[in-house]
Amino acid sequence: MITTKHLSKRYGDKLAVDDLTFSVAPGEVLGFLGANGAGKSTTMRMIAGFIAPSRGEVSVCGHDIERAPVAAKSCMGYLPEGAPSYGEMTVSEFLDFVADVRGLTGELRRLRRGVVVDRLGLGPVIHQVIETLSKGFRRRVGLAQALIHDPQVLILDEPTDGLDPNQKHEVRRLINELSKDKLVIVSTHILEEVHEVCTRAIIIADGRIVADESPTALEARSRYHHAVSLRFERTEQHEAARREIALLPEVAEVESDARELRLTAVPKPGANTLAAVSAIIVKNNWDVPELHLESGRLDEVFRSLTQPPGIAVSDAAQGADA
Amino acid sequence: MNKVLVIFRRELRSYFATPLAYVFIVIFLVLAAVFTFQVGGFFERGQADLQPFFRWHPWLYLVLIPAISMRLWAEERNSGSIELLMTLPITLWQAVLGKFLAAWCFAGIALMLTFPIWITVNYLGSPDNGAIVAAYVGSLLMAGGFLSIGMCLSAATRNQVVAFITAALVGFVFLLAGFPLVLDFVRGILPQAIVDAIASLSFFTHFEAISRGVIDLRDLIYFGALIGFWLAATALVLDMKKAE
Repeated sequence: MITTKHLSKRYGDKLAVDDLTFSVAPGEVLGFLGANGAGKSTTMRMIAGFIAPSRGEVSVCGHDIERAPVAAKSCMGYLPEGAPSYGEMTVSEFLDFVADVRGLTGELRRLRRGVVVDRLGLGPVIHQVIETLSKGFRRRVGLAQALIHDPQVLILDEPTDGLDPNQKHEVRRLINELSKDKLVIVSTHILEEVHEVCTRAIIIADGRIVADESPTALEARSRYHHAVSLRFERTEQHEAARREIALLPEVAEVESDARELRLTAVPKPGANTLAAVSAIIVKNNWDVPELHLESGRLDEVFRSLTQPPGIAVSDAAQGADA
Repeated sequence: MNKVLVIFRRELRSYFATPLAYVFIVIFLVLAAVFTFQVGGFFERGQADLQPFFRWHPWLYLVLIPAISMRLWAEERNSGSIELLMTLPITLWQAVLGKFLAAWCFAGIALMLTFPIWITVNYLGSPDNGAIVAAYVGSLLMAGGFLSIGMCLSAATRNQVVAFITAALVGFVFLLAGFPLVLDFVRGILPQAIVDAIASLSFFTHFEAISRGVIDLRDLIYFGALIGFWLAATALVLDMKKAE
């Protein structure tokens, strides 16, 4: 269980994190989203006990991070941004060091070491000096370090940054597995990741929470929620459909991609666009090899929440690149 | 205490993981020998003692100890591993103490490797070995003093070169404060009490006494207090600006 109350951090005149209050329960995977510099890392560093908040408090597993830092840090695993470690050590020495600091001994230590080495595929590089490892392996060493004591709480700052697609997939699967009985906070700016691993997403902009809901609920905020996308075979049908679908009473706007021969019908609030569009396709006997109902676009929601309104509007108007 | 030991072991091992340790030890031993035999006139004096050896230690340390201390925190800061270290379940004090003891132990190893000089002087004559042991203890304490200063300055920056230079500078001030040249100069302007205070702050004054074989409790307290002060300053600096 993690609880923050009125958490704030001020650097000089700049308020990096402004009055964050939220709590996360075991079993939840919280995605922490925000543009670069929005305050994601600062917040995670305060939760992990690396920097002290200017105001407010953080409690992890019932321990206040400022009053009982060692107890709070003991029950948490933390992967800092960029996965720093001691470059001159071998993977094996480094894991031993962390296990020592975490007070792991005997059979449990052997077991946990084996589990993380195995789970993160560190076997082939176990005696290699960390400095000489690729970025992907270094990230995995950082994850192994955070997991070695089987913590109740995991804080991962951009865990998949710099990994190739296979490694990304592997890390996401790992997070999904862990989340059964643990509490995980993941920061990312890869939005597809939110859908794959998170049960809840908090979007912050300028240090403040601008959204706190499930990824599905976030998608429902999108103007593309329940929009209908279709692809055509022939240019003249694409042209005709663009004009006719725009006239439907259920449709707010039609976005067209002439190169790919795609159309997206953005619905009016609450309207059943799919039925209307299907009917008009049948009526005109168009060849439509592809048709689907969109659940919403996270990136569009993200942009509209984290950008000043003026930019968001002009951006959305051009945003027909799907 | 156990966690201090874990930090200590990692830190000490990391010295030997890079060529730094070996380069340092070789340079230290070569310079110590050069000063003892060439500059100090070990043979020419015709006396069976190690005065010519210990006399130069303050100057050797002034230049060489910052090379040990510069990486202690500056490197952690630069690589970002400080964030890892500070989010492990240890206290700031355990980290500071573990690192300091590792650096001190390393300096001790380098100092111990000067033993052939001790053997030489015993082979050539019959020196007062008690005085030599005392001088070694004094030298180790002084190395600790230089190290604690260097560690604090290393905590204040992420640049090892800056850490080296500032440590050498502050060390120089601490050395110089006890020099007759400086003391004679201030004696002309300031009352005797203040001159004594300045002199008593110097490594030189306290090391001088111990290196003659006299271990005075006041000198031990001086080095203990000095190291304690700079370690506390290190913790304070880290607490204030560890994330920068």
